[in-house]
Amino acid sequence: MNKKFSCFQELFSYDYSWIPSTLEKATPPPDPLHDHLSAFMTGKLLLRNEIPLDDESFQQMESSDLLATIPAIEKHPWGYKCRRCGNRKGHLFASLPDGAVYCRNCIMMGRISEKEHLYAYRLDVQWPKHIGACQWNGVLTTAQQHASNQILSAIDKGSLRLLVWAVCGAGKTEMLFPGLNLAFAQGKRVCLATPRADVVQELLPRFRSAFPHVEIQALHGASNDKSGSAQFIIATTHQLLRFGRAFDVMVIDEIDAFPFHKDKSLPYAADRAARKTAALIYLTATPRPKHEREIARKRLPVVFVPRRFHGHPLPVPQFITAFDFRKTLKHRELSPKILHWLRKRVKADRQLLIFVPTIEDAVIVTEILADSIPSITSVHASDPERSQKIQFFRNKSYEALVTTTILERGVTFPSVDVLVFDSGHQVFDQAALIQIAGRAGRSPDDPDGEVIFFHQGKTEAMVKAVETIRKMNKLGRRV
Amino acid sequence: MRCLNCHEIILHQVTWSNLFSPPSDAIICESCFTQLERISMPQCSICARPMARGKICKDCERWERDESWRGILEKNVAVFNYNEAMKNIVARWKYRGDYILIEMFKYEIQEVFQLHFSQQDLLLVPIPLSQERMSERGFNQALAIAALIKAPVREVLTRIHGEKQSKKSRKERVNTENPFQLLEQVSKPVLLVDDLYTTGTTLRHAAKLLKEGGAPAVYSFTLVRSG
Repeated sequence: MNKKFSCFQELFSYDYSWIPSTLEKATPPPDPLHDHLSAFMTGKLLLRNEIPLDDESFQQMESSDLLATIPAIEKHPWGYKCRRCGNRKGHLFASLPDGAVYCRNCIMMGRISEKEHLYAYRLDVQWPKHIGACQWNGVLTTAQQHASNQILSAIDKGSLRLLVWAVCGAGKTEMLFPGLNLAFAQGKRVCLATPRADVVQELLPRFRSAFPHVEIQALHGASNDKSGSAQFIIATTHQLLRFGRAFDVMVIDEIDAFPFHKDKSLPYAADRAARKTAALIYLTATPRPKHEREIARKRLPVVFVPRRFHGHPLPVPQFITAFDFRKTLKHRELSPKILHWLRKRVKADRQLLIFVPTIEDAVIVTEILADSIPSITSVHASDPERSQKIQFFRNKSYEALVTTTILERGVTFPSVDVLVFDSGHQVFDQAALIQIAGRAGRSPDDPDGEVIFFHQGKTEAMVKAVETIRKMNKLGRRV
Repeated sequence: MRCLNCHEIILHQVTWSNLFSPPSDAIICESCFTQLERISMPQCSICARPMARGKICKDCERWERDESWRGILEKNVAVFNYNEAMKNIVARWKYRGDYILIEMFKYEIQEVFQLHFSQQDLLLVPIPLSQERMSERGFNQALAIAALIKAPVREVLTRIHGEKQSKKSRKERVNTENPFQLLEQVSKPVLLVDDLYTTGTTLRHAAKLLKEGGAPAVYSFTLVRSG
């Protein structure tokens, strides 16, 4: 009976039993480069050409059971499954002229087919134990301290998950420091994964200065050193596709963000990259329904941080109807409602951050506003000067910035008013709107920027977003 | 049905004219299709490079001026221009090894072949890969193209040593030794098949051998005309 249904079980659950266990006792190969190689190879799933060994020493290693050979593609009654990226979709498999099936989903990392193998290194690496590694000497707020204690005990206990539901601007990074301090004291390997490369680059210097003696590497698509051999890895979630059972502590930042919740291979890889005994810490300001359900069923422990680090409540978005937004935009004008608001702004010295649904809208809105606001520019995902423009805006060289949803999260500008044009558009879902509203009032000097949703009819996402923000503010007052 | 290139679901617009006919089996979606650029008509009569005016492009003029290369290659026919989208697709297909991607060009390849060569009785000869490259890639991209054309294919060439063409300059390419070897004599006119026509050196090297080996005329067919 059980056997009959085992194929369905395989279909619906992640199964990583094919990753070999680490060897208890092994004679390491007599190689001066050995330590270096061990650090590089441990906890990874590599292709032959990613292993920097000549054929002779490779074969020697393979025969010495230090290196496990794993078939890369599984064949099931319901189809194929790629072990590297977890892909199970029939249309993302194809076959070569010799009949070998290959995975099209993760082909950009080098093709793997039925005839090729993944190699896993079975020797455990002892990571250094850093006592008192954390050199950060800031003070956490009460709300932060509470969450931080929970994180610390989760890391200490291991084998559990914890969702940290912290509002935008709560100071999530600092809350991790005490927990990571403990992890490094225990000689654990840590990974912090985030969906965006920009965030990786922003986090690296912060962690380097907080943990100056711990080896930290940043892995993202454009990073120079992709070896991933450090004790502490800060990586985009895509980079986790090379890891298997590697980390004792796995922190996933913005677990609700695109592409993490869209691309199924990323949760698969993130789960696999963590050891069985690992502590998984999820950070988010806007959990997806899947996690909210788990919280409601008490399957996922959660800790709230309903207050920003400066103690002020989140700015609550205001709705202003502008039914003629699309119509006026066609004539290269802005709706009178918007123009009226711009004229009557309370604090006109704040910078303006304007969100629009599409790239085309961004271009048009920028053109229109350029008459009244001379220093204005726009950014979007395929803009080559994107990071430069954001930097200029941060330096206040620009008065206004028109953007698509790419700036919805992860970026901090001290003093901005946030406008959303056509906030009923489908790209602005509840999570996006909460994140966008969270861009305002980030600095303790100016904690209440305005957030205005110009809409052509309220949507559920808009209403829910405001409800959630109000709820968090209410919770925050109680702390 | 999913688009072979971008994996999005292809949605069929139902209109009165196609309401009762079976849905067309499109392989790629509308937006991927529009990114591909067919070679436009005023083109060099030898190498199919799109040009504003004139009959033969400068490169081909140089080839034809040279005694030893004159008339070696009758004519090259190519299907697509090498624009950004095409570069990405070819890179994924050839270098990343996503073999199935060639299917998305099937109709265009067959159409262009029909247009230019349907009257002739031709033997298709794909440009070979070296042993090394073949085992690395798992398929020969030229053979993959030839397999889509409804004509007899025979692999009569082998490659002796392989160094990547794409890393050499034109001068280096033209002056290299002939990298091919002919396995058997041919008597029919030959259509060489390859993925890219860049300087035409590879194809001319192969064509020269084939001519020496008995082929009365050698044409070539490439997926892309680059350069």
